[in-house]
Amino acid sequence: MPSSIPASDMNEQVSADSIAGRGWKRPLVRIALRHWLATLSGLVLLSLVGVVLLAPVLPIADPNAIDTPNRLKPPFQRSGHPLGTDGFGRDMVSRLVWGGRISLMMGLTSALLSLLAGVFLGLISGYGSRRVDTLIMRGMDILMAFPFILLAIALVAALGPGLFNAMLAIAVVGVPQYARLTRSCVLTVKEREFVESAAALGANDATIMGRHILPNITAPIIVMLSLDVGAKIIATASLSFLGLGTQPPTADWGSMLAEGRNFLAFAPHVATLPGLLIFVVAFAFNLLGDGLRDVLDPRLRM
Amino acid sequence: MGNYIAKRLLQVVPVLLGVTVIVFLLLHLTPGDPAELMLGPEATPQTVRELRKDLGLDQPLVVQYGLWLSRAARGDLGRSFTMKTPVSPLVWERFKATLLLTLAGLSFSTFVGVLAGILAARRPNSLLDRFVTAVALFGVSMPVFWLGIMAILYFSLRLGWFPVSGMSSPTGGGFWDTLHHLVLPAIGMGTVSLGTVARFTRSSLLEVHAQDFIRTAHAKGVGPERVLLRHTLRNAWIPVVTIVGLQLGYLLGGAVLTEKVFSWPGLGLLMLDAILQRDFPLVQGGVLFIALVFVLVNLAVDVLYAFLDPRIRYE
Repeated sequence: MPSSIPASDMNEQVSADSIAGRGWKRPLVRIALRHWLATLSGLVLLSLVGVVLLAPVLPIADPNAIDTPNRLKPPFQRSGHPLGTDGFGRDMVSRLVWGGRISLMMGLTSALLSLLAGVFLGLISGYGSRRVDTLIMRGMDILMAFPFILLAIALVAALGPGLFNAMLAIAVVGVPQYARLTRSCVLTVKEREFVESAAALGANDATIMGRHILPNITAPIIVMLSLDVGAKIIATASLSFLGLGTQPPTADWGSMLAEGRNFLAFAPHVATLPGLLIFVVAFAFNLLGDGLRDVLDPRLRM
Repeated sequence: MGNYIAKRLLQVVPVLLGVTVIVFLLLHLTPGDPAELMLGPEATPQTVRELRKDLGLDQPLVVQYGLWLSRAARGDLGRSFTMKTPVSPLVWERFKATLLLTLAGLSFSTFVGVLAGILAARRPNSLLDRFVTAVALFGVSMPVFWLGIMAILYFSLRLGWFPVSGMSSPTGGGFWDTLHHLVLPAIGMGTVSLGTVARFTRSSLLEVHAQDFIRTAHAKGVGPERVLLRHTLRNAWIPVVTIVGLQLGYLLGGAVLTEKVFSWPGLGLLMLDAILQRDFPLVQGGVLFIALVFVLVNLAVDVLYAFLDPRIRYE
């Protein structure tokens, strides 16, 4: 936990390396080469994001075009479907691309929502009065008292299954980790002289939090985000896999995997491919996050 | 130590209350009236009103919460809409299957994880060490449901070693049959947390290994195996116990995914059906039950920690 580490020098490190932008351009290539795994992951992710964003203009089939005579065609055969077809004869390549669009969007959005709410609460908690702090942090304790996926399931149960609700549920469940990280960072930064000087110069609380504290705690938050997106993609896909996320005909990788289970014995590619992509994306985000942590915020290293 | 445990116990009270408030409010977040849901679309306004009165739904929310909490504290979690029977026995029956699965998964990840951690820590930065780190990263990135499906594909469908799903064969039953059904889901579930256990064991061992008394032990001529077993491990296992305990709660909460993949008749699967059939008392009861177990497991881990390591004090 970050709070248990003496924070005296670390923030200097963080601000000097990542915030001021000093000395960044020249060694950028060197840093990228040294952390080649993270760089490679970043490139893989960028190209994946590019592909799913370009889905409407790519020369791929309609993901929902049903072609029952050609159902469950295996991949890598000259059938006009490079990765085969699913149980309704729909083109797998196209479905993976469009499904990836939903999966990546759900993962990224829920991670960003968690981050926004968590950072906001963490800032108030760390900077505000003791009573506000206690109130917020006890609330976070209660959220964390539920097993992660269970609370998300319970929320979806209450709100009703669906893409948006699943995303929201995963976002809510993820708030405490950001709130706690932000709070612990704020607690160390707010004791520094420049905060005191800002206050002495008459800056109000909002200015101090937004202009002086927030920029000094971005590095650990970015690192957490990059490590979290992979987990969020898995989590939202999990809900879809359980039938609580996207509803047909919309599909993401999780619901495609669930559908593919029915044909496991004779057409394993339908379940294998979406799961493989979830794994690759999550793995790449984890590698990227590891690399970013090494560069931006070495104190988070395990 | 007694002081620490007392404080930790006190701290859990508001958390438990908060958990019950959230679980209680879940039912009231849902659009629609529980009485109408229970009676179905053919109900007359008259019968709906009577049921609302019977269920106490006409009372203020706070009163309803109080009534619900006092009943829940006595083990009465209401009646299932769909099965028309009390929720508590249903939940308890299915929980046993979930617990069996979770404990089996945890045993696997603990055994293999600790072993891998020890091997990795013996030679830091060796090929084996890197391999363990890579496996850990794989585990974090692996969707447990996909891993399970791939295991079914290979070990059940292709090799025919294990049954595809369920907890017992239609013909058989008994210990060995259950064990046979348990292997794949337990390993699938355990693999995901194996990496975490391995990495924790490794870093804990390395931390202890850097300390003076280990050097002293080496200097006075104790053999490396003996140093590992008698000096390093004895001091390094406390954080490992903690992480294993935390994994128990984590696996319990995530068991629903494995249950779904292997059609394992656990609490998660029961709740999933209940959600799709809008059987709210059953959902509520299940969530409350798992959340309570989760809080208590984490509490037990903390208390155990204080017990194992007398240096721990509250704040």
